[in-house]
This record gives sequence, C-alpha cells and structure tokens, in this order.
Amino acid sequence: MVIEPLDFFIAIYIFMLAAFTGYEIIAKVPVILHTPLMSGSNFVHGIVLVGAMVALGFAESSVGRVIGFLGVVLAAGNAVGGYVVTERMLEMFKASGERK
Amino acid sequence: MEDMTFTEFLIKTTYFVAVILFVIGLKRMSSPRTARGGVVWAGWGMVLATLVTFLYFWHDPDWTNIGLIVLGIGVGGAIAWWTGKKVAMTDMPQMIALYNGMGGGAAGAIAAVTLYKGVPIGADGEPSLTIGFLAVLGGLIGAVSFSGSLIAFAKLQGWMTKPIRFKSANQVNAALLVATLVIGLFLLGNYSTHIVLVSLFFVLALVVGVTLTNPIGGADMPVVISLYNALTGLAVAFKGFVLANEAMIIAGTVVGAAGTLLTQLMAKAMNRSLASVLFSAFGDEAVGGGEISGSMKPIEPSDAGVMMAYAERVIVVPGYGLAVAQAQHKVWELAQLLREKGVKVSFAIHPVAGRMPGHMNVLLAEAGVPYDLIFDLDEINADFEKTDVVLVIGANDVVNPVARTDPSSPIYGMPILNADKAKNVIVNKRGKGKGFSGIENHLFYLDNTRMLYGDAQAAVAELIHAVKAS
Repeated sequence: MVIEPLDFFIAIYIFMLAAFTGYEIIAKVPVILHTPLMSGSNFVHGIVLVGAMVALGFAESSVGRVIGFLGVVLAAGNAVGGYVVTERMLEMFKASGERK
Repeated sequence: MEDMTFTEFLIKTTYFVAVILFVIGLKRMSSPRTARGGVVWAGWGMVLATLVTFLYFWHDPDWTNIGLIVLGIGVGGAIAWWTGKKVAMTDMPQMIALYNGMGGGAAGAIAAVTLYKGVPIGADGEPSLTIGFLAVLGGLIGAVSFSGSLIAFAKLQGWMTKPIRFKSANQVNAALLVATLVIGLFLLGNYSTHIVLVSLFFVLALVVGVTLTNPIGGADMPVVISLYNALTGLAVAFKGFVLANEAMIIAGTVVGAAGTLLTQLMAKAMNRSLASVLFSAFGDEAVGGGEISGSMKPIEPSDAGVMMAYAERVIVVPGYGLAVAQAQHKVWELAQLLREKGVKVSFAIHPVAGRMPGHMNVLLAEAGVPYDLIFDLDEINADFEKTDVVLVIGANDVVNPVARTDPSSPIYGMPILNADKAKNVIVNKRGKGKGFSGIENHLFYLDNTRMLYGDAQAAVAELIHAVKAS
C-alpha cells in the first residue's frame, strides 16, 4: 500500500486547529493536576507507536528493520509506561466520600 | 476520497475516533472529578489506533516485519508495564522523563528510517522538500528530546549529582545545533542516501540534547521535562506529516501546544523565564547570598512534639525531603493525632515543591490527606502570621526568605511560602547542607527557627511519639 501525502494547506489547518485545542484543554487546569496531566499528555504522544509500526512495516533494508524495531520498542514503552504511571497517579485522586 | 479502499477507509475512520478519544480524555484529565476516567478514554483510543494500524499490511503482508512489530510492542510494552507498576510514587517525575524520552527516540527512529531511504516523495511524485524538511526537523527534535530526557532522568534518579558547566557553553551548544541543522539540510539534497551523513546528523542531534540538559540544575528539571514532553509532541506531529498520518499530527500537536502552556505555567510558578532556565547556569554566582546572622539551633523531637501538641494552629510545608523519605503516611498520622487534640492543621503546598508541580499533592493524596486540608501558596500565605508552629519537612528553596529580601539572589522574586512569619518554625532536614539550588537558606538561621535533623520518616515518627506522650 502506498501512503498518499496530505494536501499541504489542509495539513497546516489541521496543525493550527489542533494547537488551539491543546491550548484550550490545559488553560483552566488546577495546579494539583499538573503532574498527572503532564503524564497524561506524555501518554498521548505515545501515538508515535502507529508511525513506528508503519515505518518498520514498510522497511526494506536490514538497517531500516533494526532502527524501525528500535522505534517500535521505544514507542510501545512510551505508550504503555505513560498509561500505567498516569493511571496510578490518578487512582489517588478520589473525593472524600470515595475513600475507604 | 472516491478511490479509497475499504481498508483505508476503516483505518482513517478508526484514527478519527481515536483522536476524539484522546481529546476527550485529556479534557477530562484536567478536572479532578473526571480525571480518573480521562486516562481510560485516551487508553482506548490508543488500543484502537494500534490495532487498526496492522490493516496497513493486510494486502501485502511481510511476515518478517509484522513479526518484528509484534515482538517490539511486546518487549517495549512489557518492560514499561513492569517498571511503571513497580516504581515508587516518589520517583514518578523521572519515570515520566524516561517514557517521554522513549517517545522522542521513537520519533527519531522513524526519521532515521525515512531519511536512510532518501527524500520522501510528495503528492506530485517528485521528492518533496517540505516533507523532507519536516522529516529532518522531527528527527532533530525527537533525538534531542530523547537524549535530553535521559539526562533529566539520570539527574532526578541521582546518577548525576553535579551539573557539568563550562565557559561559553551556550555558544558551543548553538554551534552544535547549527551544525546539526546544516547537515540536516544537506540531507535534503542528493546526500540523503549517504549513510555516514545521516548517522552523523543523528549523533550530533543526540549530543545537542546532552549538552543542552547537562548544565541545568535539578531544581529546574520539572520545567525541562515538561519542555521535552512538548517537544516530543511536536516531533510526533512532524512525523505525522511525513507519514500522512492525521492521528499523529493531531495528537502530537495537541500535546505540543498543551505541553508548551504547561511549561510556561511551571516556569511562571518559579518566577523564572524559560530562557533563564535553559541558558543561565543556576546557583553558580550567588551561593553566598548575602550576610547570614545567627546560627542554626537544633531541637529535640520531644520538645518539638510538645510545641506542636499545645499549638492552636500548625501548618505543614512538605518538600522533596518528604518524598525521598516516603514520609507522607507518617505525616498524615501526625496531623490526625494533632487534630484529635484540637489543633488546626493545614498543609501548604508551593507550586514547585518536590520535583514537579503537583508532586506533593499526589503524595499527600496517596497517604489519604483530604483536599480541604491542602492549600495553595495564594490561599495560605496570609495565614502564616497567625500560625503557632510551621513544620517544614524537607523543603528548602520554597521557604527561603531571600527570595523576598535579597535582589542579588538567583531566586529573588520567586513567590515563596512565608514560613518565616510564623511564631515558631521547625525545620526537618537530613543534614546541614544547602538546598537543591545550592543557596543558603536564611530561614534556618532565624531566632524563631529550630532545626530537627534526621530522615523525615524517622523524625516524624519521633514527633508522633512525643505528641502521644504529651
């Protein structure tokens, strides 16, 4: 399968709107959630895994395979590790009524 | 659109759903009430996006590569799962740095695979300079974020205690960065398949990450980690352009923008500009920090315990020392004991106490301290004057009054908790050394300050004993 390049201007618009979205999401966050949110956003850029999979999947040389494999390992670590620590941190944010 | 196959349609639609889940998840994570559900939403987005990506190889399966993909996800995922579950809550900041570095490294690896193949082909079938440029830029940022995050991890883990600084480090860094970029631009010409040049580009980019992070002191690490988090997001977005992957563009950009704002919020809480964090050697010039009068006066735990038990109001100021000693449960036990005796106990949290904003909140939440006892700097600073005893546990720079009084101090102007205004201050500290920033703390020398030396967990245990006895 050939990957079709994006239209340049559509890509720029996506970029701009996504930037505003990210800014808006964070704008009103309380200080107590700064660390968990940093961790959560760290998890979300674990989407790089998808790119690493594609890069390795279409790799033809052995150099490409080695680097691509390394990329998949690192990206999976980013996604899984990011999720686990975020979940562990947020698990503690219980309202008074929910405490055991 | 019309020549899109069903497989492509399915992939693109799933990516679309995944992106919506990411945005909703992040939005929910920014409110304490919905935060726990937020990460689950985002998690499902990731699972869907990962699974559907295998469909790219549906019609043309190269089983070697697919096997490698599955193996890679298994290996990376298992290691990260194990370390993430095992790590102590106090070590969370460096784990975030580590996982973030891995993401940056993955973006760098994608760039390497792309660049070793040559300049990417654009929409018109010709090599596209725009896409090539984004591949180079994303590779550079990813590699810098990778090595930089690893240095940040090593520093917080205590593997690198002394920042390495040398003269005109900024000029050397700038030269390295320019050299890397120039090589990167060369790659866009016909040099792209030159394996040596591509390798040199990545080696230099990794070196830039190391030299850029090395001089930065540990106190500024939260800001740096947040910055690298934003940079990794940006690198992922650029890789999204290269691979024509909308999910990567949007998720990466959202993180890039959110991370940049978060970085600014943190730098602002420390009253430092981002530029001064990155380019000025901190704590070198003004270690003296003016004249110190008086001496440090130690106190026995039994006396400190009595003092607190008969106080009307006690404010606890936790810092990194609390995290290191894992003393959060003991501190809450002490607070509960005092509350039973009718003492009003509050916790005052400086925005950058610990190694990350919110670090102390996470620890106290783990110990079971309810929210309504925890106060921000703005909420509680006026109350110190009316407080009988302030118990400072392993905090240093965030209660250093020179930030208010001494314009020559590197932390001058940083908002601090006015612990020095209280009637009595008890400072628990391991030894007589200076804080993370290396600045003398004038609070320790005040007439109304007593020093309670020892590991926070042991010291608080003795305080509990003393309060029980009184």
